[in-house]
Amino acid sequence: MKHKIKNLHTAVKDYIGMLVALTALLAIFGLSTKNFFTFTTFRTIANQIPAITIMAVGMTFVLIIAGIDLSVGSVLALSGAVLGVCIVNFKLPLPLAIIACMGVGLICGLINGFIVIKWKLPSFIVTLGMLEVARGAAYSVTGSRTMYIGPAVEVITETAALGLSLPFIIAVVIVIAGQFILARTVFGRYIIAIGTNEEAVRLSGIEPGPLKLWVFIICGVLASVAAVMHTARLSSANPNEGLGMELQAIAAVVIGGTSLMGGRGSVVSTFFGALIIAVLGAGLAQMGAQEPTKRIITGCVIVAAVILDTYRHRLSSRKIT
Amino acid sequence: MFKACGIHKSYPGVKALSDLDLDLRAGEVHALVGENGAGKSTLARIMGGIDTPDSGQMHLNELPYHPQNRAQAESSGVRMVMQELNLIGNLSVAENIFFDHLPNRFGIVNTNRLNQDARQIMQRVGLGDIDPGIKVRDLGIGQQQMVEIAAGLSQRCRIMILDEPTASLTDKETALLFDQIKKLQTERVGIVYISHRIEEIITISDRITVLRDGKLVATRPTGAVTSSDIIRMMVGRDLSAETCKRQRKPGQVALRVKGLSHRDKVKNVSFEVHRGEILGFAGLMGSGRTETMRALFGADRADEGKIYLYGADTPARIRTPRDAVRAGMAFITEDRKEQGLLPALPVRMNITLGRLGRISRLGLIDAARERAIADEYIDLLSIRCRSCEQPVRQLSGGNQQKVVISKWLHKDCDILIFDEPTRGIDVGAKFEIYQLLGELADKGKAIIVISSDVKELMAVCDHIAVISAGRLVAQFSGQEWTPEKIASAAFSEYIKNPTQGHQPNEA
Repeated sequence: MKHKIKNLHTAVKDYIGMLVALTALLAIFGLSTKNFFTFTTFRTIANQIPAITIMAVGMTFVLIIAGIDLSVGSVLALSGAVLGVCIVNFKLPLPLAIIACMGVGLICGLINGFIVIKWKLPSFIVTLGMLEVARGAAYSVTGSRTMYIGPAVEVITETAALGLSLPFIIAVVIVIAGQFILARTVFGRYIIAIGTNEEAVRLSGIEPGPLKLWVFIICGVLASVAAVMHTARLSSANPNEGLGMELQAIAAVVIGGTSLMGGRGSVVSTFFGALIIAVLGAGLAQMGAQEPTKRIITGCVIVAAVILDTYRHRLSSRKIT
Repeated sequence: MFKACGIHKSYPGVKALSDLDLDLRAGEVHALVGENGAGKSTLARIMGGIDTPDSGQMHLNELPYHPQNRAQAESSGVRMVMQELNLIGNLSVAENIFFDHLPNRFGIVNTNRLNQDARQIMQRVGLGDIDPGIKVRDLGIGQQQMVEIAAGLSQRCRIMILDEPTASLTDKETALLFDQIKKLQTERVGIVYISHRIEEIITISDRITVLRDGKLVATRPTGAVTSSDIIRMMVGRDLSAETCKRQRKPGQVALRVKGLSHRDKVKNVSFEVHRGEILGFAGLMGSGRTETMRALFGADRADEGKIYLYGADTPARIRTPRDAVRAGMAFITEDRKEQGLLPALPVRMNITLGRLGRISRLGLIDAARERAIADEYIDLLSIRCRSCEQPVRQLSGGNQQKVVISKWLHKDCDILIFDEPTRGIDVGAKFEIYQLLGELADKGKAIIVISSDVKELMAVCDHIAVISAGRLVAQFSGQEWTPEKIASAAFSEYIKNPTQGHQPNEA
């Protein structure tokens, strides 16, 4: 019991910085614009956030093993395209179409992971290749056209409980599950260990290969889950969707304090990172900022967040010594 | 020439140095000894400008000396060669030596002059027959150390601080280093020499300062003390190498290796180890001892060779470390930081890594049980740490090694391979590890120990095998061995084949 209280205490301490940043953002936008605290703003945020959050959860896992997955944006487009084709052309029922869509993500992740592990290549390069391949495949699946799907997928966004949309609930569930896996399971422990020192793990008699493969598969599958949310929101499959989304996902993870060097990270922090980006986007839009300004400010926020995180990290590691 | 008075330095939670005085004369070799964590390295870092003291005065040639960083210390002529080499592997030897003052015109490096100057300095440290243009990563670790020293000599040098300079040198290289040190003495350079190797210190130093727990124990002329005096001052109690040696009764054969080969590093090596027995592996650095064990453990894929376990008639299939661990083998590697530990993670995660099955159910880790087991091993091996949550990189070398050993004890293996288990570890912890090796053998484990310290092997082992240029050339048991016999066996293959014998080095 004592430990539980202590855990809660450290948990709050871990996330306090993110909470403060988020509250500060909300306060700034709330004070400087008239209509920030409205239902519309929050619905916009709640609609936008599930896809990027789910994608970022997968990315967190990949970054923890000191890898990277640049292909998730394209995988989102490809699996979204497959979802569209399954519903529109093959007239498959939604659940089957979703399974096919997730199958695409699984295969992409499997290929990424297999090549990285088998030929010991940097994941940066392998997934850069997949970024092109999956994007190309998305174009050929849709014939380079946006495919209108309509009500068949809109049900997903329209389903709601307690005022929250289904995609938002699913995203939160995935965040919680991801954090649980990372912090409490043997699998999570192994991937943190691999990110810290892969050779030591191997010499301890644990093959890192299969574990890393799973991480890439999880990342691919989550990208296709994000594709379902994304497609449902737009009620159409567009082969151009998800362009640059991999970078947004990485930004969310990094704002959350996960290290690109591996071995350190938290899914809950990633969620906060995604929230911060979304609130920032919505708030700036409310203030009437144009796209160029928005992007410049977002860029600065990403770097500033990471600078702050290094200070926080240094401070806490000094406290330990 | 150099004087330090009342130096205090504390890191949060630790008092590294308190009220320390030290003086250094021009042209003397002043040895600093003490257990790990005694404060030797901290003092060296303060002298070298890497750390600043909390209080206290330092004077260099009667002038106040308070360097704020390494560059300031170097411009005053204080140079440091640290335990962890500070070289850039992808640059040439010459570029490394002159790294911060490359001869150039408008930023374009004058390569000819660079190599010429480098050759001169390299001759001074006995690297005369090496091409200055060769990349540092292609050199052996001993030669790299000499390059680092050469870099120190490339500019004005009044004080040279050597932190464990011989930790990875062969005997031959050590002798070369000592010649250099003597040459520096005649040039009136004051040398601070930090080492765990007491015999070395007695050979090379003029005065010895012993530190314990950040405090000065004594400064004595080397001629006035014996090695057992020094050890007593360091640990504050008597220790003797013989304490852990006991008559043991070996049991059945645990491991039989036949014709193991790996590339040109390991050539047709065969041996066997019984339960309850400690088999030592002696040999020069780079002779293939580590490679033999790596091939045996599946860390490198062996080209040939059969491994029979626990008296079985059919050879075991060991192609990966996973196979080896499943077969009950453990490998405590030479390089703790790179191959043994998860440095940023807490002690508890390091201890339980190999056997998470024991603390988990259905893939879920039982945190309370994990802490209990970690505490149990911390207690058992008296690992000095604040708690099982402390990141293992913050521990001293000896305690890190104990964490690695705990990991394998928790895994409960029957065959344990220790590769240089006492490298970079202070005397007190060394004896604890010897004792532990003995206890494990008494419990019926089969144990292999690789060490470059022949005396250490003679103190703990039942048998000693000698590897020379990848071949197992001799095996001795307790009555037959002498340091001379072992040394001549270790050199034997290199003498037979002089082309190979120039510089055995770890790859």
